[in-house]
Amino acid sequence: MPKEKFDILESTCIPLPIENIDTDQIIPARFLSLTSREGFGEYLFRDWRFDKSGNKIEDCVFNNPRYSGRILVTGKNFGSGSSREHAVWAIAGYGFRAVVSSFFADIFRNNCLNNGILPVVVKEDYLQNLLKTIRDNPSTMARIDLDKQLFTVLPDGEGISFEINPYKKECLLNGLDDIDYLLSIQDAIKAYELRKTLGK
Amino acid sequence: MKPETLFDKIWDSHVVRSIEGGPDVLYIDQHFIHEVTSPQAFDGLRARGIDVFRPSMTLATADHNIPTVNQNMPIRDELSRRQVETLTRNCNEFGITCYGLNDPHNGIVHVIGPELGYTLPGMTIVCGDSHTSTHGAFGTVAFGIGTSEVEMVLATQCILQPKPKKMRIRVEGELGRGITAKDLILYIISQLSTSGATGYFVEYAGSAVESLSMEGRMTVCNMSIEMGARGGLIAPDDTTFEYLRKIPALSNRPDFYALVKKWSRLRSDPDAVFDRELTFDAGKIKPMITYGTNPGMGISIDESIPALEEISDETKASFIKSLNYMGFTPGMKLAGQPVDYVFLGSCTNGRIEDLRAFAGFVRGRKKAPGVTVLIVPGSKKVEKQAIDEGLADILKDAGFVLRQPGCSSCLAMNEDKIPPGKYAVSTSNRNFEGRQGPGARTLLASPLTAAAAAVTGRITDPGELMQD
Ligand code: SF4
Repeated sequence: MPKEKFDILESTCIPLPIENIDTDQIIPARFLSLTSREGFGEYLFRDWRFDKSGNKIEDCVFNNPRYSGRILVTGKNFGSGSSREHAVWAIAGYGFRAVVSSFFADIFRNNCLNNGILPVVVKEDYLQNLLKTIRDNPSTMARIDLDKQLFTVLPDGEGISFEINPYKKECLLNGLDDIDYLLSIQDAIKAYELRKTLGK
Repeated sequence: MKPETLFDKIWDSHVVRSIEGGPDVLYIDQHFIHEVTSPQAFDGLRARGIDVFRPSMTLATADHNIPTVNQNMPIRDELSRRQVETLTRNCNEFGITCYGLNDPHNGIVHVIGPELGYTLPGMTIVCGDSHTSTHGAFGTVAFGIGTSEVEMVLATQCILQPKPKKMRIRVEGELGRGITAKDLILYIISQLSTSGATGYFVEYAGSAVESLSMEGRMTVCNMSIEMGARGGLIAPDDTTFEYLRKIPALSNRPDFYALVKKWSRLRSDPDAVFDRELTFDAGKIKPMITYGTNPGMGISIDESIPALEEISDETKASFIKSLNYMGFTPGMKLAGQPVDYVFLGSCTNGRIEDLRAFAGFVRGRKKAPGVTVLIVPGSKKVEKQAIDEGLADILKDAGFVLRQPGCSSCLAMNEDKIPPGKYAVSTSNRNFEGRQGPGARTLLASPLTAAAAAVTGRITDPGELMQD
């Protein structure tokens, strides 16, 4: 089913300079009981944003009015741990469209791509500089051009290129989804099953 | 023919087609689902107006959010109850077998798959749960997927996956007395870090791995994801076939021995090339415990937490945050620290051998006062076995209670939460912040180390109590 297309994104960024953030932080397990895809945004990083009594934790970056935007910039090995896609639904529900890091956990990266969220991998030293730039100047704008595979800090940063699987890039650019593709090759799947039962 | 790894053999024989510059279309032999990560996938099918393509190849169980006491009563938490009911309703509507609450086959998805004979060598297996790698112990390509992928499998029995790289980890030599499969895998993860195997599929090999029971092998493969690996597998051998032969549903099959013959060929060719190879010495492994908030932050129980100087600059902020959360300081010793909770269970260590090891250790001893202990079997079958073998009585005499099966404190979606600030020695697989409840402080360890903590109330090397 068609999803929102991803072409060019220009936005300010939210910096989260912590490594190895796991999906239990992104969305704690006790919020996994919903049976729809909607409504997870408010639970994003719930235990980092709010204390036990539900009060805002002031020094959490998400509660700092200086920072906003649709791009999350975060430390190495983001999204490790549980395969829960709820983590990506929470990120999308909160309003993000892209996550920038020097390294992503595998399942999380797949889950992002399946939900129209672009994971952008940059080198570690670039990431550290970027985090500093955003923290020094929270109104820093960044531009992600998916077609050209370029990430640029505006207005005059040098664009750096990032990798993405060509098939996944096509899917994001056109808002297509894997299930449409798989359904379209059902005959090939049936032929495979037949080959297998015949013992080839 | 080009020499191939076991992983290549299984993967390649399941590729329906490869997309130019893209992922492979991989055919899935066995799909498991549970109540938490499946409802949105069924909604997707309804929205598209399509059926489940091969309903007999998916098996459902309720495990993640169910209570572990009074399972015959309605689930108290409304959202959890609704999730479990939704699973039953979806399975009925789409013709999928579901071992729901109170079914004699119910249990944690990665415990029941193998014990009921659904998990067979050479298969591709997926589930919307990252510890699906457990099934790799039988020589399968098994890995966790997200809910969109669950929908793909329901709709087409296939998913799109880029083929991972291959790593082989050998552990050679003999494990010392009282050193378990859990110590072995915690040791490997502490060496590789929590992202050290990202992008790889791991084959475990070497004499120490071969000498493990099937249950030990499942413990090892289970935690592959904790070093970032897509999955982990072990070539099937006589230990595997012997385990499978004891499952009536399999040994009654007329083609069982023909299958064993076929499965015996599932191994990496002698000169197969891996992208990365590592070897560890089993003799160096001691009882392991984690001190931080990811499974890579592990030490042997007699070591100290690293000093700040030993930590690299980029990692320092996370290291300090983690120790603050745990209430520990750099350089401090863990042995002797008081413990508030002990959790024996999960798909890592909730099998009958784990319960036997724990019960064997506490027999003739008493639970330490002040420690709350949750003992949760991995399945109905494990629960029954524990009662039939007299383990439940041994536990009772020592002051413990055997609960009913489920994921329980492993992710604390039900009522089995560790309170904020409390220390729990847990046999599960994740020590993330809040994993066992908001503010809970988790120390991952083996069933023996858990038993030692349960009877002493402190972090204790089980070996110290095993000298006789
Ligand atoms: S026991 Fe824990 S890790 Fe295993 S399936 Fe349940 S929640 Fe996941």
